[in-house]
Amino acid sequence: MTTEHQLTAENLSLGYKDRTVIEGLELAVAPGRVTAIVGANACGKSTLLRSMSRLLSPRAGQVLLDGKEVHKLPAKELARTLGLLPQSPLAPEGITVSDLVGRGRHPHQGVFSRWSVADDTAVAAALEATHTVELADRAVDELSGGQRQRVWIAMALAQETDLLLLDEPTTFLDVQHQVEVLDLLTDLNRSRGTTVVMVLHDLNLAARYCDHLVAIAGGKVHAAGRPCEVLTEDTVRAVFGLDSKVIIDPTSGGPLMLPIGRHHMVA
Amino acid sequence: MSTPADLRQASPATVAAVTRGRTRRNRRRRIVIGILVVLIGAMVAVSLMVGRTFYPPGDVLKVILGQDVQGATFTVGRLRLPRTCLAVLAGASFGLGGVTFQTMLRNPLASPDIIGISTGASAAAAVAIITLGLSGSAVSVFAITAGLGVALMVYLLAYQDGVSGIRLILIGIGIAAMMNSIVSYVLSTAGQWDLQEALRWLTGSLNGVRWEETVTVLITMIVLVPVLFLGSRDLTVLQLGDDTASALGVRVDRTRLLVVVCAVGLIAFATSATGPIAFLAFLAGPIAARLAGPGHSLLLPSALVGALLVLLADFAGQYAFGTRFPVGVVTGVLGAPYLIYLIVRANRAGGSL
Repeated sequence: MTTEHQLTAENLSLGYKDRTVIEGLELAVAPGRVTAIVGANACGKSTLLRSMSRLLSPRAGQVLLDGKEVHKLPAKELARTLGLLPQSPLAPEGITVSDLVGRGRHPHQGVFSRWSVADDTAVAAALEATHTVELADRAVDELSGGQRQRVWIAMALAQETDLLLLDEPTTFLDVQHQVEVLDLLTDLNRSRGTTVVMVLHDLNLAARYCDHLVAIAGGKVHAAGRPCEVLTEDTVRAVFGLDSKVIIDPTSGGPLMLPIGRHHMVA
Repeated sequence: MSTPADLRQASPATVAAVTRGRTRRNRRRRIVIGILVVLIGAMVAVSLMVGRTFYPPGDVLKVILGQDVQGATFTVGRLRLPRTCLAVLAGASFGLGGVTFQTMLRNPLASPDIIGISTGASAAAAVAIITLGLSGSAVSVFAITAGLGVALMVYLLAYQDGVSGIRLILIGIGIAAMMNSIVSYVLSTAGQWDLQEALRWLTGSLNGVRWEETVTVLITMIVLVPVLFLGSRDLTVLQLGDDTASALGVRVDRTRLLVVVCAVGLIAFATSATGPIAFLAFLAGPIAARLAGPGHSLLLPSALVGALLVLLADFAGQYAFGTRFPVGVVTGVLGAPYLIYLIVRANRAGGSL
């Protein structure tokens, strides 16, 4: 198991220009667990993730990693502990999978240091973990969406961080690829003890795959806890403004949310 | 999908395959660099020996070592040597400046000669020399100030919730047009200037090069190139997008500022010596990318391609046609069709470097 890092947000306020998105938010990420953040569009879940990985400076409050403000930590030092996969990363034209995954080694390399055995091993392990070994010498732009997403996750794995934040890692993927990616992240959490925090769109997949569910509404944490505590009909109404029926998922025993909509009635 | 015991472990076969792939791509890059160096060496030798009068290698070598050779001391020592040296240095400067912008903005159209930075430096140098009658380092100061000024202006005008590549390029093209009209105006006020000199500030030329200019460019390179290369790894990571780069521990703003200042410095000093050699900064990066393959820093290959292009274009401009053309005319003829090709392709696929 890796050492467990504490990532917390204290009284955090975030925004762009004249728009405040997050206000006075408190959050403690469960170490060594999988956390999913859900909420309506534009509720600030991605903004929160960006701020937790230092991409956005807070207007007020702070994000602390093991008691230190992330915005004041040296960039590379932070990048060795905390990784982030943004929603739409860009692949340079023609780059091969293994070169792209190798970019994940950046925080471990100095200006003058040469490529090491540790770097090659980390890349190889990341390729194996994401089942992309056979793609290693292919160009990233030739791959399908699902393959490409696995490659990006491989890059984040090669970074070998104890905490990994992912912004909607399953967007634009077919359902089988969504499940594949989430299974992979679960593997990662179970075998390496990596703390995973992901923003997800699909409430049911979020509830299925996380240990800790955080629902954001009105710039604050509306509810947080185990999926069965958080994913309730009341929460769905408060967070998404949607009437729903929450039943027990026959496969996992967790909650499963069924939206009702205007044209259907609850039996 | 099975759950591996530890995702940090990799089978030796995979590690070996990763190492092999990386070595193979590195080898290609090294071979390309080697070939470029050899070609540059050969072109330098040809440029020094061949001309209206041919001097054998022995004579050229004697001149370089400071011995007096009848005829060759003037032709090779005073004409061909500074010209050839400046061709290499300016070519490398333009190549480096161009590929830095193209990599940073993730678009081959974002090269400093398209977005007005070279033209700005050129306009400033033309004003300094022709209108104000300055010379030497004062001209370079003018050129670099204008280059940085234009870079800043393009950046600020393009800024709107971050910088979009396309907006920046379009604004840059507009500013380049403005700067070009300044050059034309200045040239029109200087009636006594001959066409060759005028062409220097329009398309770039190596005619009448003196050691003084060559040395200025050399000193600039000695100062700025190491700084640029220190930032080269961060620059490669920046290609993945600002958010990803930042998550990988790159200080995005600091890196960008550092490499922009270096790139503009190189472009501006080279421009104040040779004028804005047409399309050179624009061509070197993409050619280097095709040759060396993706995935690694293109700084060194682009510098070499830039130097080789200037040597070839200048030699061709001097001797391949009936009249002597300045180097910029030749690179312009090469560059324009490539620009059209890139625009057509970018329209179809939205490609990057």
